[in-house]
Amino acid sequence: MVPPHRGLPGSVEPDRRLPVTPGALRAVAESLRSRLRPPSAFPVAPPTWPGGVPRPPLEKTLGVDYDTDWSRRYAARTAREAVQELIAGPAIRAVASPEVLGLDRIAHLDEPVIFAANHASHVDAPLLLSVIPDRWRRDVFVAGAADYFFDTRIKAATFAFLLNAVPIERQRVSRDSANRVVALLAEGWSMLIFPEGGRSPDGWGQPHRAGAAWLAGRTGRPIIPIHVEGTRHIIAKGSSRVRTGTTRVTFGRPLRPEAGGDPRVLADLLERAIAALADEQTTDWWTARRRFAAGTSPSLTGPDAGAWRRTWALGDGRRRGDGRGRGGPSDRWGAATDRWPRP
Amino acid sequence: MARPGFVLDVDRSTPPILTWHGEGFRLERLPAGRSRVIYAPEPLDALDDPDDAIHEALLHPLGDCKPLPELLFAGMSLTIAFDDISLPIPPMMRPDNRQRVIEAVLDLAAAAGVDDVVLICALALHRRMTEAELRHAIGDRVYDAFAPTGRLLQHDAEDPDGLVHLGQTDHGEDVEISKRAAESDLLVYANINLVAMDGGHKSVATGLASYRSLRHHHNVKTMQHSRSFMDQERSELHTSNWRMGRFIAASGIKVFQIETTLNNETFPPQMAFLQKREWEWTARDRATYLATTKSLSVAPPRLARSIFQSIKAPHSMTSVHAGEVEAVHKATTEMVYRQQLVHVEGQTDIVVLGLPHLCPYNVNSIMNPILVMCMGLGYLFNLYRGQPLVREGGVAILSHPTPWAFHPVHHPSYIDFFEEVLAETTDPVEIEKTYEERFATDEWYRHLYRTSHAYHGVHPFYMWYWGAHALQHLGRVIIVGGERRAVRRLGFSPASTLTDAFEMASDTVGHDATISHLHCPPVMIADVH
Repeated sequence: MVPPHRGLPGSVEPDRRLPVTPGALRAVAESLRSRLRPPSAFPVAPPTWPGGVPRPPLEKTLGVDYDTDWSRRYAARTAREAVQELIAGPAIRAVASPEVLGLDRIAHLDEPVIFAANHASHVDAPLLLSVIPDRWRRDVFVAGAADYFFDTRIKAATFAFLLNAVPIERQRVSRDSANRVVALLAEGWSMLIFPEGGRSPDGWGQPHRAGAAWLAGRTGRPIIPIHVEGTRHIIAKGSSRVRTGTTRVTFGRPLRPEAGGDPRVLADLLERAIAALADEQTTDWWTARRRFAAGTSPSLTGPDAGAWRRTWALGDGRRRGDGRGRGGPSDRWGAATDRWPRP
Repeated sequence: MARPGFVLDVDRSTPPILTWHGEGFRLERLPAGRSRVIYAPEPLDALDDPDDAIHEALLHPLGDCKPLPELLFAGMSLTIAFDDISLPIPPMMRPDNRQRVIEAVLDLAAAAGVDDVVLICALALHRRMTEAELRHAIGDRVYDAFAPTGRLLQHDAEDPDGLVHLGQTDHGEDVEISKRAAESDLLVYANINLVAMDGGHKSVATGLASYRSLRHHHNVKTMQHSRSFMDQERSELHTSNWRMGRFIAASGIKVFQIETTLNNETFPPQMAFLQKREWEWTARDRATYLATTKSLSVAPPRLARSIFQSIKAPHSMTSVHAGEVEAVHKATTEMVYRQQLVHVEGQTDIVVLGLPHLCPYNVNSIMNPILVMCMGLGYLFNLYRGQPLVREGGVAILSHPTPWAFHPVHHPSYIDFFEEVLAETTDPVEIEKTYEERFATDEWYRHLYRTSHAYHGVHPFYMWYWGAHALQHLGRVIIVGGERRAVRRLGFSPASTLTDAFEMASDTVGHDATISHLHCPPVMIADVH
């Protein structure tokens, strides 16, 4: 039906505009403010807790309590494999150009194992997952720091999915956490762990914690020492810049825990084994073995000295890891030594 | 559980049998009712942790010998000798047993503070190994630690300054071996025992010896009285080596022998059908066989050769023993027999031997006609204990293309031997008497042996002698599918097909002759009663 006024001779179009008066503007502004204002806290939001009522313990779902079972189910594993093979692997090869040595030392093994490596960069875990032999790669989980990788739900889900990370405390491993890891090792999973407990802050290694050795003793699984070199140059701790570089991953001979043996002894042996692998890369295998036997392998933890001397002692190649762009010492002074101490 | 060896009596329902033919293979149908096929035992289980087993063996030696750590001390001189490229065949996938053993020994030497260590590849009169071959055998780590400083040597049997004459055995045999090995405080030998012939006193008395010493057991008489090389008790070759080995020990040279054995896992999984029994081939095996044979039929020989030479065997270590030479070798031989012995009843008139692409002397090289003879009549014919598979006066039928082709770098004296010596005579006794001395002392061959990668000038003679027992035993030798000129030069009869060869053999052994087919590789020893 046609409106009666439209098109009729002598009709007047009505004025549809709002009256623009100060009062009208104030009314509009108030309306907008009321729309933008947060809704009243309750009942839309949870109620506040009365101060006089004791609060029941909250169910923890993050940190070491984060449940990662879903990340080992078939669908998640398949998706992870696809990501690792199609995206992560090629990306790591492009960025880190890994050279892998010593695989012959573990060629005869086909049981679940504990891979233990030195740790200098966030690249270490994806790099190692890309070079670990096929027979373990799909069944390996990464021991991730509960306080770092599992402190928010998004981070926890991301790392559980991408790395098959399982939360573990850095300082003192709780019984629940240890039991969870032991159960996974018993089920046939292998573990990748960084016994230093965190990335190197300055390029030198940190003293090992006994967690890997303790877990090996508890489960009887052999530990495979791994030395990773060159990842700090790609992305160092505290840096957000990713550079391309070359890396070298050296697998060592498996260390088998003795029944009833002291985990601290095995942890010490593991640390020395990784130091010997590092030594092997700068000298030759025979020299490294002789130094290992004599207990004179160059330490990975560096000199007990002030910060600048520790940085200085790294030598050019390793100092470059964070030297550029962060005010580190200039290369023009040359390297004092590659490693410390050098007999 | 590995199944033991098996002898199949061929009947009308037996499928065609895989027969090797150089860089290829064929399916051949054998006459029903009078043929049998001998299959090797399946591979024994590998050691769970070979490195741990080696360490245990070094700490708990066999025989009258102290644990290795007690023999090592600071300030001593240590020599580690190891087998050359002729072992194992095909070359095993990395890591090689030698690498594992040498690394374990060096670990203990490092712990004892031993600085003076030299590694020697025990070549005897074989060709020098290339860097890549050495790296494969002893590993990059050991190679990089020793080669750049000149502490990795290859034995030179013609170096007058590098040899020492220890004296003569009570049989008048000269014992002359590497000077460095003889003058060391301890000589450790790292061995791979692929067949029962390897190892024992033969490791040092042959591997580190000179021509002057070797000629006492590498001769026609010794070979004809070794029945067979795989049976130490009935092998004159071993008797002579044992005399020399005991003489070396009596001279005050301390030898710590380390012997490892392998299972007979010979081919990678993609070619698993090559060591399966034909009636157990799956659809995949059949498809692989067809694809492989069709591809090889159109591939140029050079390409086929390089493909086959690139095969690395997935051999695994089945045992390791260390300590006093004879005690160690006894335990080793038992393991070898456990893997390889197949019980066989009686001899037959004909033996069929399909020759593969490889023998110990043509790794990364060419299997020339002389090596075809050596492989067929020297090695495969001698894979027996008790008595040969074929009766005296019987016929051996070999299958190999036998090309008139030689590797000019590896086998220079073979070329002259083939052209000059075999053109005159094929009688080993006559060859030894008339020609050996000249080739053995030829300055040019000596130069090539010492500085290039050539086998010693006398080596083709030894290859020919290797078959002397078979030549004496057999009534006729026929080669199927071989190049006619080359086969005739060897003194054998060429045949186009296996059926033709049976027909030709009937002239010697009659029409209803019985036939044995040795389904080899993998290596086995027929225990013939």
